[in-house]
Amino acid sequence: MLSISHLEISTQSEKALSQLNKKNRFRRLLTELNRTKYLQLLVLPGLIYFIIFKYIPMYGVIIAFKDFNMRLGILKSPWVGFENFIKFFNYPQFNRLIINTLVLSIYHLIFAFPASIILALMLNEVKNQTYKRFVQTVSYLPHFISTVSIAGMLVLFLSPQGGFINNILSYFHIEPIYFLAETRWFRTIYTVSDIWQGTGWGAIIYLAALSNVDQEMYEAATIDGATRLQKIWYISIPAIQPTIVIMLIMSLGKMMSLSSEKVLLLQMPATYEVSDVIGTYIYRRGLIYAEYSFSAAVGLFNSAVNLVLVLISNFICRKVTETSLW
Amino acid sequence: MVKDNSVSSIVLDVIIHISLFFLLVVTLYPVLHVASVSLSSPSAFERGLVTFYPVEFTLESYKLIWEAGTVPRAYLNTVFYTILGTTINLIMTASMAYPLSRERLPFRSFYNKIVIITMFFSGGLIPEFLLVQNLKIYNTIWALVLPGAISTWNLIIMRTFFQSIPIELEESAYLDGANELIVFIRIILPLSKASIATIGLFYAVSHWNSWFSALIYLKDSNKYPLQLILRDIIMQGQMAQELAAQGDLSLLEKQTTNVESIKYATLFASILPMMVVYPFIQKYFVKGVMIGSLKG
Repeated sequence: MLSISHLEISTQSEKALSQLNKKNRFRRLLTELNRTKYLQLLVLPGLIYFIIFKYIPMYGVIIAFKDFNMRLGILKSPWVGFENFIKFFNYPQFNRLIINTLVLSIYHLIFAFPASIILALMLNEVKNQTYKRFVQTVSYLPHFISTVSIAGMLVLFLSPQGGFINNILSYFHIEPIYFLAETRWFRTIYTVSDIWQGTGWGAIIYLAALSNVDQEMYEAATIDGATRLQKIWYISIPAIQPTIVIMLIMSLGKMMSLSSEKVLLLQMPATYEVSDVIGTYIYRRGLIYAEYSFSAAVGLFNSAVNLVLVLISNFICRKVTETSLW
Repeated sequence: MVKDNSVSSIVLDVIIHISLFFLLVVTLYPVLHVASVSLSSPSAFERGLVTFYPVEFTLESYKLIWEAGTVPRAYLNTVFYTILGTTINLIMTASMAYPLSRERLPFRSFYNKIVIITMFFSGGLIPEFLLVQNLKIYNTIWALVLPGAISTWNLIIMRTFFQSIPIELEESAYLDGANELIVFIRIILPLSKASIATIGLFYAVSHWNSWFSALIYLKDSNKYPLQLILRDIIMQGQMAQELAAQGDLSLLEKQTTNVESIKYATLFASILPMMVVYPFIQKYFVKGVMIGSLKG
């Protein structure tokens, strides 16, 4: 009919055009998917792995809000809301767990963290490169010794029967001490083993930063009459200051996520007062006493706190140094 | 460095060298002591005579471990777990890292986000444990090897590495009609030997040293890896019980007089492989740390 106006023709053609565009885009997507099909095939196993082993447990964490019953399964177990969380917060040793976790992290920060920095600064002052590399290599050997071996060494060396520490004490006529059974020694033992294991490895990053410093700066400082200590203070330390700040902030973000494997190996009921941390509590209540829902709730609480701390610390990191975790 | 001979400089050098020497001693003494006790007679040990060299040299402790059989079996288990585990790790990690490094992968940023999220949040111990049970892999080797098949950290390192391989190298192969699988296997992988070796070592060391997964997922003690047996022997004094169960009385007698030495021998036997291999592999790890820290 010739009464079709220009307006109708343009709206009709607009509609036809947009439908054609959509079909084109769809067809282009299909072509793209077909073109890269082998690439997608390659990525598929990994994706399946992530879904099964990472995301399904994330979903499974809802048992924290239920009263999980093995026979009923996840879906049919009754819903209890925040009951498990409240139970945990009211647990008489709740404070103790948090404090123990924090104290071990803080001790690490005060003693182990600076040890790596000091070691790096000292190694940097060594003139003989071969000797420097030798010491460095020996220093990170403990990092590769397994946690069990280290705990095993501690158990043997600190044993009241024949451990060499007690042998040394006996030369001073001191009675053998059962170190690992006493609350006043646990944190020291744990921190010292952290230092032994981690100082050399932690120094790597600082040494890398120090090796990037222009040697001419040191020479110029010598001409200006600077002493060794002054050179360290005014050149070496500022050179690694950004690294220190980043590592410090990252450590603060990990305060509550203390790895509990070593604690688990070194603790005993006699020392729970100082040695029980959140991680070991989750393990004990969940897998030994089979309180699945309760333990999952504690775990979720821990993960949430860690997530918040990491996000905050990353935010601060970005603000302070214009660099970030991602 | 221009030499500076002032007194304060010399004092500093002395302090540094004493400290570093102290570091060497403190790092090496525990290892030497363990080795020495394991090679000394039990009575020398009881008399507190052993420091960093064997006293009254004997191989008795090692003979007993060998005869009892638990440790050699655990050794084989660990070797097997490490080889199988690392192979799976490398196949899974590399096959996922490569596509993620290529921009033309559809939904690439979505996949990247999925990966990164797992670095910040996870289901936790109990949901993972229940998953292993539901998948019916509890008390099997698969429970040790599948849950950790891809480490997000290693995946990102490998992805970064693949990104540095220029795309021009692939383009001529595509023009010749190759598909991405062929490009991956024939071109990319041969170029990535260093990265694969490094990541492979990361995974291998982690398998070798692992004990917690075995603790929670394995029930039969003949499947236990070395670290778990070590823990049992040192922390729980298990060996004597096992021998009593086997009914071998003469062995049991020898065991009880040697109890402490056996612990030292087992301990040294488990750190020895790592120490032998260490000088050769440590530079890979250092490089890996540098790459990892640059990226993150």
